[in-house]
Amino acid sequence: MPIQIEIISPEKVLVSREVDMVVMPGAEGDIAAMPERAPMMLLLRGGVVSLYENDAVTDRFFVGGGFADMTATRCTILADKAEPVSEISIDNATAALEALTEAWDKADKTDISRLDVLQDKILSVRAEIEAGSSAS
Amino acid sequence: MASLKELRARIGSIKSTRKITSAMKMVAAAKLRRAQASAEAARPYAAAMRRMLGELAAATKGEEGAPRLLAGTGQDKVHLLIPITSDRGLCGGFNSNVHRLTLQTINKLQAEGKTVKLLPVGRRALNFFNREHADLIVDKVIGFSGKDVPFSVASGLGDKVNALLEAGEIDVCTLVFNKFQNAMTQTPACLQLVPMVMDDAAAKADAASTTADDAAQYEFEPDEATLLAMLLPRNLQVQIYASLLETAAGENGARMTAMDNATRNAGRTIDSLSKVYNRTRQTNITNELIEIISGAQAV
Repeated sequence: MPIQIEIISPEKVLVSREVDMVVMPGAEGDIAAMPERAPMMLLLRGGVVSLYENDAVTDRFFVGGGFADMTATRCTILADKAEPVSEISIDNATAALEALTEAWDKADKTDISRLDVLQDKILSVRAEIEAGSSAS
Repeated sequence: MASLKELRARIGSIKSTRKITSAMKMVAAAKLRRAQASAEAARPYAAAMRRMLGELAAATKGEEGAPRLLAGTGQDKVHLLIPITSDRGLCGGFNSNVHRLTLQTINKLQAEGKTVKLLPVGRRALNFFNREHADLIVDKVIGFSGKDVPFSVASGLGDKVNALLEAGEIDVCTLVFNKFQNAMTQTPACLQLVPMVMDDAAAKADAASTTADDAAQYEFEPDEATLLAMLLPRNLQVQIYASLLETAAGENGARMTAMDNATRNAGRTIDSLSKVYNRTRQTNITNELIEIISGAQAV
């Protein structure tokens, strides 16, 4: 029995089809969505979402954080930013990482919430670069 | 009566005006289609967001210390108005409708003794409110319309609103923008962002469509409060983004209509001027003939 997966970014719907399993990067560890799963809402960190069909990965998407809404029959991923792994631009990501690192150096080290936000962003961009270089 | 030469010059200039307006109309029509497509493409995200928020709000209902984005500051003193217009003019009453509604709202709020702050989006709004209420402007966002609206504009704006709210500088936040009805009609409307107004009917409809397969209780990871705290700012950005997209589509629709009218008016003016031109030419020829004939008879 398949599960309906939707990956939606603010600009458009990237995927909407049926797959066997979806593995996504939860904020507290990777989680797989499979049919008949108990409903769950999940915060995502930056990382790669893999779609499985017949025990093989058919598609991989990079998401830059977001939310997932899983039920027994469907899985909706609301991504802040999403793109197929094959289309990641490593140059852009590297530039973003440099800008973020600079922001980190300049940031007020006592402002914990700001540092948290920056750290999440840096980890997300690092994951993007890693995903991009493993694909090419 | 104007001379033939003057008439010719006027007809020529109106003809080139007509060329420009009809070109602008076609450009606006092409851009309208793009803008409408991107507004359509952004809808599923907003719908899914609303569904998740509905679930979360239900799960956290009755708990103390709801986030400010959801419940507001508990006060109703300082209002932030965000009028959204285009950067360019030449689109009929599109921008002035937003200006008028914003001014009305400002006057009403001030009459009630509330403090009003402004955050104009779009160059037209900025220029207008710099003249009218320069002292109320706290921030601005300009220089994106006419192109595809990137989500980063909306997220930046959302962060600004959130920062003002967290700093306790505003209590209520309202968007004033043109709702896109169709290419011909855009109606200015107010949309309150903070505190959040739950659209009960829509939430119910969403809930009803999901209850069939979601009968079981949701799990949340991390806990509800953290998720809600992450989801709310995002929802704010999404709502702003939707209104920016509607503005972009509406701007092009309004410009298309305005330029269509202008092209038609130019055509009509050319027709009537050509009539005057021909009649004047005819009169001149007749006059010359009469002079020649009467001259010949005198000899």
